[in-house]
Amino acid sequence: MLKTPLYTYHVQAGGKMVDFAGWQMPMMYTGIHEEHHQVRTSGGIFDVSHMGRVKVTGKHARKFLERLCTRKISDMEAGQCRYSLVCNERGGVRDDVIVYRMDDDEFLIVVNASNREKLLGHFEEVRAAGDLTVKFDDQTMSTAMVALQGPKVIPDLVAKLSAEVAALKRYRFLVKNLVIMKAIVSRTGYTGEDGVEVILPSMAVSMALGYVEKEAGDKSLLKPAGLGARDTLRMEAGMPLYGHELGEEINALSCGVDFAIALDKDQGEYGERFIGMEALKRTVAEGGPKRKLVGLAIEGKRTARQGNVIKRGGAAVGEVTSACLSPTLGHGIAMGFVDTSLTEVGTELTVDTGRGELAGKVVKLPFYKPRKG
Amino acid sequence: MPAPSDRVYSESHEWHKLDGDTLTLGLTQFAVDALTDVTYVQMKPVGTKFKSGDIVGEVESVKTTSDIYCFASGEVIEVNAALADDPGLLNSDPYGKGWLIKVKVSDKSGLSSCMPADKYNAAHPT
Repeated sequence: MLKTPLYTYHVQAGGKMVDFAGWQMPMMYTGIHEEHHQVRTSGGIFDVSHMGRVKVTGKHARKFLERLCTRKISDMEAGQCRYSLVCNERGGVRDDVIVYRMDDDEFLIVVNASNREKLLGHFEEVRAAGDLTVKFDDQTMSTAMVALQGPKVIPDLVAKLSAEVAALKRYRFLVKNLVIMKAIVSRTGYTGEDGVEVILPSMAVSMALGYVEKEAGDKSLLKPAGLGARDTLRMEAGMPLYGHELGEEINALSCGVDFAIALDKDQGEYGERFIGMEALKRTVAEGGPKRKLVGLAIEGKRTARQGNVIKRGGAAVGEVTSACLSPTLGHGIAMGFVDTSLTEVGTELTVDTGRGELAGKVVKLPFYKPRKG
Repeated sequence: MPAPSDRVYSESHEWHKLDGDTLTLGLTQFAVDALTDVTYVQMKPVGTKFKSGDIVGEVESVKTTSDIYCFASGEVIEVNAALADDPGLLNSDPYGKGWLIKVKVSDKSGLSSCMPADKYNAAHPT
């Protein structure tokens, strides 16, 4: 079992440790809902060091990433990061990733913990198939990654530490060369809230976190939050998760992330086909995917579960991929795939939990959007 | 918090506290820790008669939905109404305010299958 450099921090903070994708990670510290509300109202600290971080360099690094990613990479500027899918030849989803452009021929790709080894193998295959000059450096063990998320993180903490970081736009990052280390700070996250994610050397993370907590002063501003809250937060934010809304057998065009799929990216300067592009073009030619991801607002406080059948008039029309009692909204929420004809907002559907049927209605994602400013 | 010695424990992590012919049923600290935050509790209504080993309700948490069993025969005489508004009482006070139901016992022989606190604590440390 792998441990992140913050393992001791978690145990000392009372973290209930669980196995997650081969890593010992905190499920929660004091309570999932308590940590969820802490992030929605103030700030939370998430250890996301288990996610894979792979540096991609070389004269064909850009070309490699264009073939790998469903989204255009070449037009990214240094200091920009971008969400993308990585597909298989059938148009299914191998993973979802964030690509950081460090320089012309230097990128960092952040992948899901559960897919890191699979993707490293895939990277090697893509490199070999194209005879590309590109090097992969898996920095997952030598670095740590921490997400600070919540409405008070930027104004009440980051702004005090660095005006430069506080001025970052969404999906932009800075490389901070501190006295003893280099840290990448990006305005990204997986909670729906504003905040930053920081990548820094493993050896420095405990000290850096101690410094940030000290600078935060008021202990209620920033508290550790576990994987449980991370999951309910991302669900409210309508964000897909590999193994739930994303998977090798799930068509990329059905997952509600069309913004991240550029079917015309073989056109123009630096145009390249990405793996899975032909299959996805066929999906479009055939009228689109048969099922699509929707959000369901569930009546009452009961929780649907992954795998529950979604029904319409007694007939099975889909399947739940993620669900919870929304801590912010106070009612059940679910995501799932349903027949494309039933994806209209307002469509009434039920979820068969095996213990009874829950009434639900298709709503626009995200379920919850924080107020700006 | 360790399981208190004034009640007996089932393999499926319910505690049973007998007072005359009235039994109070709840879930152990070990069980609620494993469930994570409890989000919904649905117990059989007052008046329901059941036999030892029957399902008397269900508890939902962020992670899972679990059936609740009772190892005495009898009739539900009270359901903990406070749990409807605050199911988190199960997490914060499982041996006190987080009780589930009270039962008028007609046959307590099923309780012989339950463990005393020391045995339960040894098997399920919290």
